[in-house]
Amino acid sequence: MTTVSPIRQAVNRAGPAVRRPGARPGSLSRSGPRYLLLVVGAAIMVLPFIYMVSTSFKSQTYVLTIPPQFIPHPATVSNYTDAWTTDNFARYFLNSAVVAVITTTVSLLLSSMMAYAFSRFAFPGRELLFKVLLLGLMIPPIMLIIPQFILAKYFHLIDSMLGLIVFYVGFSLSLNTFLLRGFFQAIPVELEQAMQVDGAGAWTRYWRLILPLAKPALATATIFTFLGSWDEFTWSLTIINTPSKRTLPLAIALFQGQNSTLWGLVFAAAVIAVVPVIVVFLVFQRYFVQGLTAGAVKG
Amino acid sequence: MTALVDSAEPRVQPAAGGAGRVRRIPGRRARSNLTAYLFLAPGFLLFLALIIYPMIKAFQMSFYDWNVVAGATSDFIGWTNYQQAYHDPVFWRALQNSALYMAFTVPPQIVLGLAVATLLNNKAPGRALFRVLFYLPVVTGWVVVSLLFQYLFADSGLVNWMLHDVTHLTGHDISWLSGRWTGMVAISSLGVWKGVGWSMMIFLAALQGVPKELLESAEVDGAGRWQRFRAVTLPAIWPAAVFVTVMLVIGGFNVFISVILVTNGGPADSTQVLLTYMYQQAFTNLNFGYGASIAVLLTVGVFVLSAIQLRMFRADPEVLA
Repeated sequence: MTTVSPIRQAVNRAGPAVRRPGARPGSLSRSGPRYLLLVVGAAIMVLPFIYMVSTSFKSQTYVLTIPPQFIPHPATVSNYTDAWTTDNFARYFLNSAVVAVITTTVSLLLSSMMAYAFSRFAFPGRELLFKVLLLGLMIPPIMLIIPQFILAKYFHLIDSMLGLIVFYVGFSLSLNTFLLRGFFQAIPVELEQAMQVDGAGAWTRYWRLILPLAKPALATATIFTFLGSWDEFTWSLTIINTPSKRTLPLAIALFQGQNSTLWGLVFAAAVIAVVPVIVVFLVFQRYFVQGLTAGAVKG
Repeated sequence: MTALVDSAEPRVQPAAGGAGRVRRIPGRRARSNLTAYLFLAPGFLLFLALIIYPMIKAFQMSFYDWNVVAGATSDFIGWTNYQQAYHDPVFWRALQNSALYMAFTVPPQIVLGLAVATLLNNKAPGRALFRVLFYLPVVTGWVVVSLLFQYLFADSGLVNWMLHDVTHLTGHDISWLSGRWTGMVAISSLGVWKGVGWSMMIFLAALQGVPKELLESAEVDGAGRWQRFRAVTLPAIWPAAVFVTVMLVIGGFNVFISVILVTNGGPADSTQVLLTYMYQQAFTNLNFGYGASIAVLLTVGVFVLSAIQLRMFRADPEVLA
């Protein structure tokens, strides 16, 4: 007790009950400047999006004018109708959805099975295998893109949506297993032992007990896997050649590359791609926070 | 650590004689191990094939003049690819640009992320809304925001209009994307804008763990805001700060999509970063061996840098997760 810090002493002396009057955190005089800063910051975050949406309703003449048009006049929805029909973005939207749904389903099944093995069995090599799996968290996928391309070529997965799905699942296994294992470990073992007494095998326990109890963790993993697949660009750029097999991010980027000044159309397509993401985010916000604090997730 | 179902199951084990137990346990254990491996196998084999094998393969490829055409042979050329990198001015410029990107993006993301988190930390009304707004760029895909910033930084785009026509900070429109430094500024500002919400979220979570009684007692003791921050808040959020720093540095090395879409490494390779250069060497020039050697150098660099940071800040990565 010789090296107690002054602050610790203060705690001992004053205790938590003492509070300076007038210094409450929410008082109006102090929160004024704070709100100003927050509003300015939030505006910087959001205005580019609003400007993007605005441009998506402009006709070509008005997309790059000085001074810029913030409220499109005349406003038109032709960018959206053109993007959806003639420029085939309905197809790309469907491709993205199919790839993301299958990727998420397969990845969650495989990861949760691995997480179950890691959290509930003491098999030889468990620690080693888990460390190997964590390597996948440290290596960003793009570092491996050259050998992965060679591998995909060997297995004839180039220019196929199956090639997207297989590798997206591979990219997501480490994080999902890590995330789910942590959650599974927190589920009381006694519940499983009770089932075991009743004669339930490992698969039944996993399928009927662990998975239903782990819904919050599964939700987090679902969201991150789905969005990861929905937004993926580099791998699809590398293996997809046929236009009809493009996913949304690839289609938008290539469309912009070919029509570099058609910003209205580009942003209409971008809005189409972003709206589902924002809806998912707004609805499932709390799972985002859980995922972020549970593991190393960087957007 | 974990309590394991199959290592301790007193209720299932029949309390029979000693000999019977000795015979039973190895059998059960073997079966339990088999079950575990069966659960593990599909995912883990896929992981080995798609992640671990490419890691080894990348290392091997970096020593070859790799020929991607089916049936053609690839020649072992030793360290030649690495020597090529050493003598390649574009490689060095790409390395500089990657470092530049980190210098431009990592400190602002930490400082701004912490600042916003601190402003949002008190239970003020509107807190949830602000959190969502700051996090929007994080959830939006890189492709969309990269194109958006290309549009904002266009010659007659919004940024020039703000700087020139509105505030007169610049005497003329800047052609942002046709120069190295201005191009890097555009790409870096995109990185900061997209990343602040992420570090804010991590810091917000960390700030929940700052002991409130300690802050209040320090205030009673007459400690000012800055002193309270230094003596109470900072030590409490230190592990999170280390985590954010390490992740941002790794993320800085990984900058790719924004560069390829905003400037495509141009003009004349001046804004090339390591990954765009690697990608160009492999998939445009079909120089797979050279590309692989750049990837290996980058991976080694990331590992060394992360290790140094963790050592410097004396943090155990296990604790952070």
